[in-house]
Amino acid sequence: MDRHPQHAWSRVLVIAAAAAVATQCTPSRPESQRSGGAVQSDLAVAAQKTYVAPGDLDEYYMFSSGGHSGQVYVYGLPSMRHLSTIPVFTPYPATGYGFDDDSKKMLGELTWGDAHHPALSETKGDYDGRWLFINEMNGRIARIDLRDFKTKQILGPVPNLHGNHASSFVTPNSEYAMMASRFSRPVPQRPVGVDKYATEYKGIIAGVKIEPTSGEMSLAWQILMPPFDYDLGDAGKLASDGWMFFTSYNTERATGKLEVSSAQKDRDYIAAVDWKAAERAIAEGKFDTIDGVKVIDPKKVPGIVYLLPCGKSPHGVDVAPNGNWIIGSGKLQGVTTVFNFEKIQTAIRNKDFTGEEDGIPVLKYESIKDAEVPVGLGPLHTQFGTDNWAYTSLFVDSAIAKWKLGTWEVVDKAPMSYSIGHLSAAEGDTVSPDGNYLVGLNKLSHGRHLSVGPSQPESSQLVDITEEKMKLIYDAFTEPEPHYAQIIKADKVKPIEVYPKEENKHPMAVWDVAQAGVTRNGKNVLVKMVAVRSTLTPTDFEVQAGDQVTVAITNIEQTTDELHGFGLLDYNINVVIDPGETKTVTFTAKKSGVFAYYCTNFCSALHQEMQGYMVVK
Amino acid sequence: MDSTTRGRFLDGTIDSRARLMVLLAVALLAVTYVLPLWNLTMFAPQYPDGLRLDIYSHTLEGGNNGQDVKEINVLNHYIGMHDLVNESFVEFQWMPFVIGALGLLMLRAVVHGSVAALLDVVMIFIYFGAFSTWSFGYKLYRYGHDLAPDAAIKVAPFMPPMFGYRQIANFEVYSYPRAGTYAMVAAILLLVAALGWTWVRARRALPAADAR
Repeated sequence: MDRHPQHAWSRVLVIAAAAAVATQCTPSRPESQRSGGAVQSDLAVAAQKTYVAPGDLDEYYMFSSGGHSGQVYVYGLPSMRHLSTIPVFTPYPATGYGFDDDSKKMLGELTWGDAHHPALSETKGDYDGRWLFINEMNGRIARIDLRDFKTKQILGPVPNLHGNHASSFVTPNSEYAMMASRFSRPVPQRPVGVDKYATEYKGIIAGVKIEPTSGEMSLAWQILMPPFDYDLGDAGKLASDGWMFFTSYNTERATGKLEVSSAQKDRDYIAAVDWKAAERAIAEGKFDTIDGVKVIDPKKVPGIVYLLPCGKSPHGVDVAPNGNWIIGSGKLQGVTTVFNFEKIQTAIRNKDFTGEEDGIPVLKYESIKDAEVPVGLGPLHTQFGTDNWAYTSLFVDSAIAKWKLGTWEVVDKAPMSYSIGHLSAAEGDTVSPDGNYLVGLNKLSHGRHLSVGPSQPESSQLVDITEEKMKLIYDAFTEPEPHYAQIIKADKVKPIEVYPKEENKHPMAVWDVAQAGVTRNGKNVLVKMVAVRSTLTPTDFEVQAGDQVTVAITNIEQTTDELHGFGLLDYNINVVIDPGETKTVTFTAKKSGVFAYYCTNFCSALHQEMQGYMVVK
Repeated sequence: MDSTTRGRFLDGTIDSRARLMVLLAVALLAVTYVLPLWNLTMFAPQYPDGLRLDIYSHTLEGGNNGQDVKEINVLNHYIGMHDLVNESFVEFQWMPFVIGALGLLMLRAVVHGSVAALLDVVMIFIYFGAFSTWSFGYKLYRYGHDLAPDAAIKVAPFMPPMFGYRQIANFEVYSYPRAGTYAMVAAILLLVAALGWTWVRARRALPAADAR
């Protein structure tokens, strides 16, 4: 040191400089989260499993709720290709939905809906491919006919029930679809201050009867419930057929800042409803009529509803394929709870109760629980595969946990990108799940796609569940906002491709160009129009200002994919008519002048010539 | 070495080389005003790029232009943690002044040139370092333990990592010193080196017999 003092100095400086550089680095993305935080997968295998060659068809349909878009999206699996959009609660100019008289009447005054939980119709607990039901927050439920993928009926807004979130879970033989209120309010509806929430506000569970051949829905009965927030549900099956299960949170009956006040109790409830007993009570006249609806009060009619304590702020409740296990997932904890239906029945028989809520008995937790499965943080929903495999989505962990019914062993976890909500397995909520595909319906995509600005799409990820380890095989991006989805084997759905002429019983249908024309009855004008390549006949018509005009357009094509449109400029009218279909649109001819109408849905080489004029005098 | 020698050493002076080392230590101390002392980075599947928090002697700074601290606070409110805000760190009010005072004491040692002055500042600096480390650890402990009883998600009280990695719920949390702390450690080492150098020089100056 004495001999080479300059060396000592330079050593100090070099060390200081090195330290300064090194310490500017902060931890980088951990190894486990490279490749975007997703399950590692063999790319070649993933590509092969998801590639559906041009001209080839997918194996499954996935019907995904469109959330507040008010629509249902149809995907093909495993390609994850978006095949079509079925408008349900929202006008959709692409198919003319919400513009023609019938669909406009069906929508009523509401032009949006928050669609949540699609439910396929079932026979003996298996999808039968006939109808798809979907609920909406404004107290409505809709039926889509899978023969033509069209919305056929919207029931509601039904009285008494507010915020129809816990819906539309269908019973094993499509006897009922269900509705339940997320928001309680005074029943019957009247202005009562929120300070009386705990006593004056009520929740409602409603049974919607499905006519077995037509699928026509009607509101059968309602049950008056304590003012909890009813969140999700599932119908019992096999062992538990005849029962419905609904989760509830805010059993604290709090108002205001619910994110704190509704999360205080360690356990909320799953409401178990004996809907066959409800049917009997109605038949025996044990109901009150409130706002035109038959309402059962469990305080007066015992034996219909029981409460199962379930921790903590439970979100999803899902009945296992055998019907004996009911799985409730407390979103603010790290376990999912498995209840045993037999034990529930025994507890009911033995009156093994720990209390009551507004006259509804609360069963003893320890007596009805089979297991608390440590699946991970923020469990939300469970779906099922073959061999007793269960799959639970974990919002906080942003992952799916795979575990076994019976042994309650958690065997695998697959990260999801990001923040998974619902998940849907191939026929995964039926009595016989297929066990090959699972789709994670994620809330956030966080830029795993080309940037499209701040309004980011949601992400739906396809997971292969045929092997021991789950494997992510495809990322798809969907419009807002998938909640639940149903995945059905493609061969169970048998859609038509044209409406057969002989089935068209529309009173204003005309199948011959010679019969097209204008008839007047006072101020009412009826235009019977024929659409066929490449003319809209009549090619012009005259009305008087102030006339009530009905244009009834029949697309007389019987060829696949020969759709025609009727767009009337400046009148906010666009109707699309499928082959063999008749649609009407009625309006008042308020504006005078000349207005062109034309075919909006490209049809043929002379599509551009398919036009005409309305003259308003 | 007897007490006379020790007394003589403390009464001695430091040479220009030792002064230069102290001056360098002052410079290193000065840069801690602009360099972060510590960093916490937390990863979760939803946060693949991590949420970053830099701690300076006078402020907290979140990554992503401060957004990360806001995000951390939003997440922490679910488990009832107090907000991470400058106002709740009393350290930020005294630390810059203590660092300044340390710098002045070092300059005093340079000007004064006495070993005693140098030894004083070394001792104060070491005490300051130890106290700050304890205070940082205590702060982390309090944050992980003072959880609001009415939080939506109840978690067991926890100690965030001070150094290294810990899994906290769905987050992988990494905590490491950053440049400011290294500069401070280097400053202490330089002061100790200056002291050591002066000691070696003083011993050499003694008659050989005395040293034995």
